[in-house]
Amino acid sequence: MSHAQDKYYVPHGSHWPIVGSIGLLFLMLGVSTWLNGADFGFWVMMAGVAIMIFMLTGWFGTVINESEGGLYNPQVDKSFRMGMFWFIFSEVMFFAAFFGALFYARNMSVPWLGGESNNFFTNLLLWEGYEATWPTGGPGEVGGEFQTMGPLGLPLINTAILLTSSVTITIAHHALIAGKRGILSTFLALTFILGFIFVYMQAVEYVHAYQDLNLRLDSGIYGSTFFMLTGFHGMHVTIGAIMLTIIWLRVIRGHFTPDNHFAFEATAWYWHFVDAVWVGLYVFVYWM
Amino acid sequence: MGATTVNNLMLRKLFLSLLGLGWASAASADWAINMPRGITELSQETFDLHMMVFWWCVAIGVVVFGVMIYSLLKHRKSKGAEAAQFSHSTTAEVVWTIIPVIILLIMAVPAAETMIKLEDSRDPDLTVVVTGYQWKWHYKYQDQDIDYYSTLAMPSLKARFKDSGADVFDVDNYLLDVDRPLVVPKGKKVRLLLTANDVIHSWWVPDLAIKKDAIPGMVNETWFRALETGTFRGQCAELCGKDHGYMPIVVEVVEEDAFQAWLDTQSEGSAQLAQAEN
Amino acid sequence: MTTAVADAHDAHDEHHGPEKGIRRWLFTTNHKDIGTMYLVFSLIMFFVGGAMALVIRSELMQPGLQFVHPEFFNQMTTMHALIMVFGAVMPAFVGLANWMIPMMIGAPDMALPRMNNWSFWILPVAFGLLLATLFMPGGAPASGWTMYPPLVLQTGDAFPFLIFSVHLMGLSSIMGAINIIVTILNMRAPDMWLLKMPMFVWTWLITAYLLIAVMPVLAGAVTMLLTDQFFGTSFFLAAGGGDPVMFQHIFWFFGHPEVYIMILPAFGIVSEIIPTFSRKPLFGHDSMVYAASSIAFLSFIVWAHHMFTVGMPLSGQMFFMFATMLIAVPTGVKVFNWIATMWKGAMTFETPMLFSLGFVFLFTIGGLSGLMLAIAPADIQYHDSYFVVAHFHYVLVPGSIFSLMAAAYYWLPKWTGYMYNETAGKWHFWTSTFFVNLTFFPMHFLGLAGMPRRIPDYSTQFADFNFMASVGAIGFGLSQLIFVYVLLTAKKGEEASDRVWEAPKGLEWTVPSPAPYHTFDTPPVKRVHEEAFE
Ligand code: HEA
Ligand code: HEA
Ligand code: CUA
Ligand SMILES: [Cu+2]
Repeated sequence: MSHAQDKYYVPHGSHWPIVGSIGLLFLMLGVSTWLNGADFGFWVMMAGVAIMIFMLTGWFGTVINESEGGLYNPQVDKSFRMGMFWFIFSEVMFFAAFFGALFYARNMSVPWLGGESNNFFTNLLLWEGYEATWPTGGPGEVGGEFQTMGPLGLPLINTAILLTSSVTITIAHHALIAGKRGILSTFLALTFILGFIFVYMQAVEYVHAYQDLNLRLDSGIYGSTFFMLTGFHGMHVTIGAIMLTIIWLRVIRGHFTPDNHFAFEATAWYWHFVDAVWVGLYVFVYWM
Repeated sequence: MGATTVNNLMLRKLFLSLLGLGWASAASADWAINMPRGITELSQETFDLHMMVFWWCVAIGVVVFGVMIYSLLKHRKSKGAEAAQFSHSTTAEVVWTIIPVIILLIMAVPAAETMIKLEDSRDPDLTVVVTGYQWKWHYKYQDQDIDYYSTLAMPSLKARFKDSGADVFDVDNYLLDVDRPLVVPKGKKVRLLLTANDVIHSWWVPDLAIKKDAIPGMVNETWFRALETGTFRGQCAELCGKDHGYMPIVVEVVEEDAFQAWLDTQSEGSAQLAQAEN
Repeated sequence: MTTAVADAHDAHDEHHGPEKGIRRWLFTTNHKDIGTMYLVFSLIMFFVGGAMALVIRSELMQPGLQFVHPEFFNQMTTMHALIMVFGAVMPAFVGLANWMIPMMIGAPDMALPRMNNWSFWILPVAFGLLLATLFMPGGAPASGWTMYPPLVLQTGDAFPFLIFSVHLMGLSSIMGAINIIVTILNMRAPDMWLLKMPMFVWTWLITAYLLIAVMPVLAGAVTMLLTDQFFGTSFFLAAGGGDPVMFQHIFWFFGHPEVYIMILPAFGIVSEIIPTFSRKPLFGHDSMVYAASSIAFLSFIVWAHHMFTVGMPLSGQMFFMFATMLIAVPTGVKVFNWIATMWKGAMTFETPMLFSLGFVFLFTIGGLSGLMLAIAPADIQYHDSYFVVAHFHYVLVPGSIFSLMAAAYYWLPKWTGYMYNETAGKWHFWTSTFFVNLTFFPMHFLGLAGMPRRIPDYSTQFADFNFMASVGAIGFGLSQLIFVYVLLTAKKGEEASDRVWEAPKGLEWTVPSPAPYHTFDTPPVKRVHEEAFE
């Protein structure tokens, strides 16, 4: 095996990417036709989802086998790390678009609709009597009156949960490096359990918002930014928690060594990223 | 202009374009190739700004291309040139960083001055609310209780369709004429308040040096003071759907008293219309 | 150990050549195969997008409506731009990166070969979906490539397809960019210091960074369009507290860096070619690197120069005007460095050099008209007129496209092992140059005289220059057939030597022509590297 280590491992042809493309084709075709009102679109979409899951299991399975088979040298490992880093950076920029929308709405469009800056006539001619406040459903009160989710209560608990999970995964990481497998698997399990609890709480929060507060996705710009930001975040937590679960299963199977555990670290980074986004959300969406 | 003339014209133009642009434009000096100077102080300032920057660009082009062409002619292998091997010079780098910065500053100052004036729409003599629709304009004289739509004029409208059979060269001001123009007095500061009803449009009259987007849900301001009477034409400048090319703008600048007279006929007209509707 | 590993292990040991038949292309992880697929795909898209441009130009040849309906005209404009930008220019640069970067830095392949395959194979899906919209009720998207709401929300069944195909293009670009960054940062030969890297590699490093930074923002923007359309959000609806103009800010935050994504690799290409045919080292290599980085940095803070007429507060207009003007400085540094490279060289004028020189000339013209556009009060006149169309076609067609042609001619012998037909190449250059100017130069005059863009029909006073432009477009299109001829006969010429040209620098010229399926399995040793590089 040692001779594999001194060369950069270039895999032989693989069919997973093309399976992935077919999956994306079905997925996008399905969602689009479904949104256009064709019921069969739903099933095409589900087929796409199934193909994608099949692809992801197969592709990652191959990579895991190669990794466990010792084909990867430290340079390959570094490629993976860098790849993950830049992927997370792209995710940061995706969220930046939505945070940008939030800042724009709060500091520009809403005040403008209320007549600020060079928009005196906007207010006078089109939205007379509208006063710029935040939160708002806009001058047209799109979606009707609503109440907001305060920063205390559920969101605070959720913050605590995510922050704790950040600690637990760090403990797990140290345990992995120190070779303490028992602590590793316990704290890893704790982390994804906390993750799933977060997702559950978030779901409870949404139900509460819809049923009691009349705060909905279509509650003007407030509802739009609130649900899009927390929604995409929630999606990312879900994915992160699933990733953690898989890593945990691999730990149980005896994968990873103190100096070879890229997948673990990548997941940990991802988890910290999701965490950091939440802190941003908590401050700018719930608090301010 | 009859159909045969058009064909001849086309042939001539084909010939000219094949000969190349320089020739073609020299041959017909009357073709509009530059921005109009316009009829407001600011349109003329904008024009001067445009020409100033243009000449700077020409100058830069002459120097840069001059050096390059010299090098292309002299430093070619077929002329027996031997390649020198220098590959950096801090002095040169500093010089050609600083000189452009200076040129840019020279451009930036007057540009900023004009910009500030353009934005100053305070204290108007007349305010018109302009609303863009798919695909026509609506004008409302704020304090005069006059409002009306302005749409593509009949002759253009008839000729514009595919297979209309019309020769568009026979239509006066093809696509640039409306049924009811915007009428404004000469020498007065006219403020426009622009908004739209459906999608974004943009109100553009080159002679006034005004282009401002009309955005649904928002009101934009702009202004002009026409120094000459006459008819000035423009078009919607923001893609607004299939008939974006068919919502022209015509502004008629008239003397103050003619404007008053026009206002009177208009308010009578609207009053009558209102009665008829009731 | 499972069989998968055993297989992979085998493959690794023996180094197969390419697989046979279609499997080679579907499953490949080889950077050269993937590069080829990217390049072929982009050439096809160039012709598809070009055919649409010809529809546009045919309709605009004379005033009056002759061939298409206005709604179809708008679809052509929109699809032409989307296909040229995302389907032709960007994938072509990624294809070149795939082919050349590993060979230029002495790497065995791209860092993440399987993902490399996927990032390519997403493209046919994306463009399949996009092109399919032409046959849908309501037709293809017709709101311009800028997709401004509320107009874009009037798109018919094509709407979700548009959004998702943009998502897919973004996904593909991001994966491609990650691969390129990681390859450059992690796979260089041992003594290839960062500042020793060839300019093409440098500009791509910066481009890849721009891509990862802005493609997700575009994805976010179109996602908001989707939810506004289908799920009742109010991002771009004033009544709900949003603002249609907000989309424009987000779009151009992507869109402006995007235009540099389409020009920085071009800068890299001509920075490779001009030294070779001047027989002189690139002048000011390091300042070129700093200039490219400055351009990239500035590109993030100039976006609203596309929006001088939307009614921004004065301070905003001022800021964006000044920031935009600043970009002329680092770009000037590039132009001056190229000229200093030619200065006192011993130049010859093979086709790649011709295209590079054409690039420097005509890109500069486009850049200077860009500078004029940056002057906000004047842009109020230029905006959304054919002056803008002239500007960006000058930087994109004799800019990006010419650089791609130059690259193709420059490296073709390395790819195929044969010299291309030089006479045909020269014809290709001279006809293209003549016609590209005939097409786009008159558009400056049209714009200044007041012709708005995105209109299917115009007033008779614009007839003459439009006629010229249309003749030019047809001529330019036909000229590209010469390129196809060159490609089809690419293997009929003399055999190319390993170095191909007289004095090219760079590791790619140390490997045989045609480049073997696998290069640099072991990183090049210092000696080879120095010989190639000094
Ligand atoms: C490859 C693509 C590319 C490139 C490189 C550029 C480069 C530049 N562009 Fe362009 N641009 C586009 C593609 C590109 N653009 C596109 C596609 C659009 C339209 C989008 C749409 O609406 O659909 C557009 C539109 C556009 C606008 C908006 C116009 C409008 O809609 O009203 C503006 C305004 O400022 C602008 C400015 C510039 C500037 C200042 C540069 C500068 O980077 C140029 C710098 C170069 C030089 C200046 C020349 C070389 C320098 C020297 C020789 C040094 C000496 C010079 C001086 C001292 C001045 N561009
Ligand atoms: C990289 C980008 C790129 C490239 C390469 C081009 C290339 C060309 N473009 Fe494009 N264009 C854009 C990007 C690009 N464009 C963008 C972003 C817009 C703005 C869209 C918007 O407003 O939203 C635009 C808009 C645009 C317009 C304005 C449309 C409007 O406002 O309504 C026009 C009009 O003339 C035009 C023309 C051309 C022409 C003639 C070419 C030519 O260079 C094309 C040449 C290529 C060919 C012609 C194809 C090859 C040859 C053939 C097919 C020959 C025939 C073959 C056989 C018979 C077998 N373009
Ligand atoms: Cu209204 Cu374009
Ligand atoms: Cu820009």
